[in-house]
Amino acid sequence: MHIPDGFIDVPTSAAFVGLSAVGIGAALKGARTQLDDKTAPLAGLTAVFIFAVQMLNFPVVAGTSGHLIGAALAAVLVGPWAATLALTVVLLMQAFLFADGGLTALGLSVFNMSIISVWVGYGTFLLIRKILPKNKSSIAIAASIAAAVSVPAAAFGFWVQYVIGATGTFSDSAVFTSMIGVHILIGIGEAIITGLTVTAVLASRSDLVFGWKNNKNKEVLEIKNV
Amino acid sequence: MSKNRKFYIGGFIVSLFLAGVVSFYASSSPDGLEKVAGDIGFIETAKDHTLGDGALADYGVKGIENERASVGVAGVIGVIGTAVVAGVFFKLIARKPEKSKS
Repeated sequence: MHIPDGFIDVPTSAAFVGLSAVGIGAALKGARTQLDDKTAPLAGLTAVFIFAVQMLNFPVVAGTSGHLIGAALAAVLVGPWAATLALTVVLLMQAFLFADGGLTALGLSVFNMSIISVWVGYGTFLLIRKILPKNKSSIAIAASIAAAVSVPAAAFGFWVQYVIGATGTFSDSAVFTSMIGVHILIGIGEAIITGLTVTAVLASRSDLVFGWKNNKNKEVLEIKNV
Repeated sequence: MSKNRKFYIGGFIVSLFLAGVVSFYASSSPDGLEKVAGDIGFIETAKDHTLGDGALADYGVKGIENERASVGVAGVIGVIGTAVVAGVFFKLIARKPEKSKS
């Protein structure tokens, strides 16, 4: 979902550079409170892993592929603020080094993937985690469902940008149906990769996983309060 | 080797392997957005990438003819580059000046 230059007009693209800048500014502040010497390397590794897996396009339906976004994965591993920053680093590397994703469209792509996808994914994760038993498999399941939702959420972001500032004159509703439809399918791949990765990290270093630590702390606090 | 070190080195090697080796087998079909743009028609409005002639454009190294090597080397460069940029960036963010180690 790396938007090339030209799809969306310049004023809309510029507006989303501004919106993304606000989101990144907030993330810089927020990440300071969530990251420490111990978890900062995991945020770096998360960016590296997402870059690598984003190269692995998997087939979805005839003649169409998809790849991981990694927003829900990052939010569960390192928290939503650091996730926004990790995704943004990946998108910048891709746009500037690999000519993947237009430069003037960068604000649009960052907004969809580093902000919408991360926060919708994280919100979904918190909701599902709440209703599941408090164990590690629940964290992986909640992360998978969050991942599945986070991909059409990013597609929805693109659709909004398309409605506001498309340079073409094609039907908004056709774009909506096609974008959401194909990204629900890509979301299944996202859910599988996210579930497997979260399971693997929980098995080796659960002490680093934001979505798990955070959960346990809450329990401890609740017990203390009783 | 500490458990911590093992975890990070392991994760880095997995990433190198995915970007450097597995990437060759990735689907080359258009991704969701490209496909939709092609089907509906707004793909025509896409402009060429400003840096489309760059040395690593489209995940291939200019000058390496062999496709497997070209995407593999591009992937390895991307992983190392992202590790350096993200590593330094998050280290700076996580530094707590008020509690600096003596």
